[in-house]
Amino acid sequence: MAEAEEQAPVSPQSEGRSGAGEEAPERTPESGASLGVGEPATSPAGSPGTEDPAGDAKKKIDVLLKAVGDTPIMKTKKWAVERTRTIQGLCDFIKKFLKLMASEQLFIYVNQSFAPSPDQEVGTLYEISRDITSYNLWKSSPSHACFGSDGKLVLHYCKSQAWG
Amino acid sequence: MTDDKDVLRDVWFGRIPTCFTLYQDEITEREAEPYYLLLPRISYLTLVTDKVKKHFQKVMRQEEVNEIWFEYEGTPLKWHYPIGLLFDLHASNTALPWSITVHFKNFPEKDLLHCHSKDVIEAHFMACIKEADALKHKSQVINEMQKKDHKQLWMGLQNDKFEQFWAINRKLMEYPPEDSGFRYIPFRIYQATTERPFIQKLFRPIASGGQLHTLGDLLKDVCPSAITPEDGEKTTQVMIHGIEPMLETPLQWLSEHMSYPDNFLHISIIPRPTD
Repeated sequence: MAEAEEQAPVSPQSEGRSGAGEEAPERTPESGASLGVGEPATSPAGSPGTEDPAGDAKKKIDVLLKAVGDTPIMKTKKWAVERTRTIQGLCDFIKKFLKLMASEQLFIYVNQSFAPSPDQEVGTLYEISRDITSYNLWKSSPSHACFGSDGKLVLHYCKSQAWG
Repeated sequence: MTDDKDVLRDVWFGRIPTCFTLYQDEITEREAEPYYLLLPRISYLTLVTDKVKKHFQKVMRQEEVNEIWFEYEGTPLKWHYPIGLLFDLHASNTALPWSITVHFKNFPEKDLLHCHSKDVIEAHFMACIKEADALKHKSQVINEMQKKDHKQLWMGLQNDKFEQFWAINRKLMEYPPEDSGFRYIPFRIYQATTERPFIQKLFRPIASGGQLHTLGDLLKDVCPSAITPEDGEKTTQVMIHGIEPMLETPLQWLSEHMSYPDNFLHISIIPRPTD
């Protein structure tokens, strides 16, 4: 776990500046940004029409981060995340981004139901979540069923346990 | 399932004789005797080691005592993995008792999660069950349960009450009669020799042709290096609960009978001893 600890946690996509903190320009949710792992600022992740011919394995996953309750929101909500990054790594990143203390707890939830294992890789979680989400959406509102397959992993984060 | 209920009991009551010794650099006021304990395979280290902690704290000065953590031959032991998995993965084929080193200092932040209270273990345990049910039943069974049922699963594990736990857990092991098994099998495959934490994928218990998928089918698909070629020499062992199940065993049966209380099959792939 925490395998990408030493690498730059944030590399926003187009502006070429690091640290998307308070002074960072407003970003539309769709603009996307690249999270972690020493990626150059020109990373194609998140921008359309740059399909990697090497296949799914190397492709990053678009992760949409949503705050729950009184947990601070992130200005940049959508991040392109390496498949092999662990939930723990993602958690550490959010904590740094929100300037939380290392000792503060942060919980991450999938489908507003379960908290994935900290060693779970984001890529694995995406596969699982896609399957479950598409089914649940189909059940609750069949007309929106396509939602589940638009290639995003939606994660909720919270400073206290939300869906115990 | 009635015929195989003995398997559930054998899995539940599996124990590992363990010897805890204090790390040599910990500062004590008098000599720390080793502490012996039978560890339940299905439980978690931080859930069953209150006595160990007390035993060693007695000989230490209060200000030297920080969060307890455990190590085996240089590897910090993750409390959020079941004990049986930790043993199978790190200590199979070694002499018993299992020799675990106890630390109170230099908590390895990068390797271990903090565990300040039993609530943290409960939250982790329930999260695993929920994830498993998301795979097995699209979360339907766990969501239809009441809060007290969830509590009963946890209390059953915490207090080592087989009947109490299984009275609820059997519902998580059911599937509609028109299906031949779960939607997907909750499993994780761990390898002692890789950096990746574990392999987990969507895998159905039934092949598209209708035949049952076996343990061998699963390994062939998600971890081919674990399978011995027809003419080759066996170089690996595939362990669950300290035994090597036959690769012909149907995965659905394994999931119902050999899963840990968190409802996952935790499978260890380790190098075969060369003696």
